[in-house]
Amino acid sequence: MIADVLVAVFLLATAATGTAVALTREPTRQALVLSAYGLVLGGLMVVLQAPDVALAQVAVGTAIVPLLVVLTVAKVNRELGDRDDGPEDGS
Amino acid sequence: MSRRRASRLLGVCGVVGAGALLLLALGDLPRLGDVPHPYAARAVPAALSRNTANVISSVNFDLRAFDTVGEEFVLFSAAVAALLLMRRFHDEEGRDRELGYGPRDVWSAVNLVGFALLAPTVMVALYVIAHGAVSPGGGFQGGAVLATGLHLAYLAGDYVVLQRLRPVAVFDVVEAVGAAGFVLLGMSALFVGDPFLTNWLPTGTLGELASAGMVELFNVAVGMEVASALVLLVAKFLDQALVVGRDGGDG
Repeated sequence: MIADVLVAVFLLATAATGTAVALTREPTRQALVLSAYGLVLGGLMVVLQAPDVALAQVAVGTAIVPLLVVLTVAKVNRELGDRDDGPEDGS
Repeated sequence: MSRRRASRLLGVCGVVGAGALLLLALGDLPRLGDVPHPYAARAVPAALSRNTANVISSVNFDLRAFDTVGEEFVLFSAAVAALLLMRRFHDEEGRDRELGYGPRDVWSAVNLVGFALLAPTVMVALYVIAHGAVSPGGGFQGGAVLATGLHLAYLAGDYVVLQRLRPVAVFDVVEAVGAAGFVLLGMSALFVGDPFLTNWLPTGTLGELASAGMVELFNVAVGMEVASALVLLVAKFLDQALVVGRDGGDG
């Protein structure tokens, strides 16, 4: 009974955070929301008695993937910023 | 305009259709822990007969070890391809920026938590890899946690410490050794006259660290491969995002 409630709660939370990821448009923010979604998904896997998958999900889904997204955004922003400014030493 | 509306309509149809199909499929799923699945009914006795307490590890590294070889090389080739794409091109050589920030630019609370959690996380990761045959987790999970744990140094704001913690040249070798090690361990069965990937080692006592025979060795090989692949991947992203600059040295 309690297990059913827990599964229902985590399913709803997964749906809510998943929707939040889709509705967040700004990539850096989306990476952070994705991280929260990954944590909730990991919780869902734990209450569904799949701790193996939950471990990998939490490590990869909440840490590595958002980090890669944030780093990529940082790189792209800097490249674009550099291009807009043009060469510093004038020419 | 109309094209945009059409694509939006198509998107809505896709979402509603996929949702309806998923809901239909949901009704046919067996209830959680209800009906014994034919595969589970056979896998659990098979795992216990080889003294593997973690049945999932037994499936991954003994009963269906061949699938895991494929899975491991999917990860290996994906990581290698990504590393190749992000290698430094000629015009990026010698254009290292100075790091724009250090530990002092990070909140001291974040700094403290990052370094306080680093050693315990790495220990948990090694524990998860070592106990892959006994408790939930194993090479894949432990490797992922290990890679994540090392990057707590970066979270704490200390890229220099991170670079010392994970010498890229070492992880390069470890990744290859892990990937090749899995196959070589599998081939070791050939020398005792068994088929490829047979669990031919003595399986010990159920539930002890030294049990399950080859399962634990495979876990270690996969742990090395996964941890190194993720570390190298993040290292390339960090290198591109933090170090490589358009105009050399204008950190």
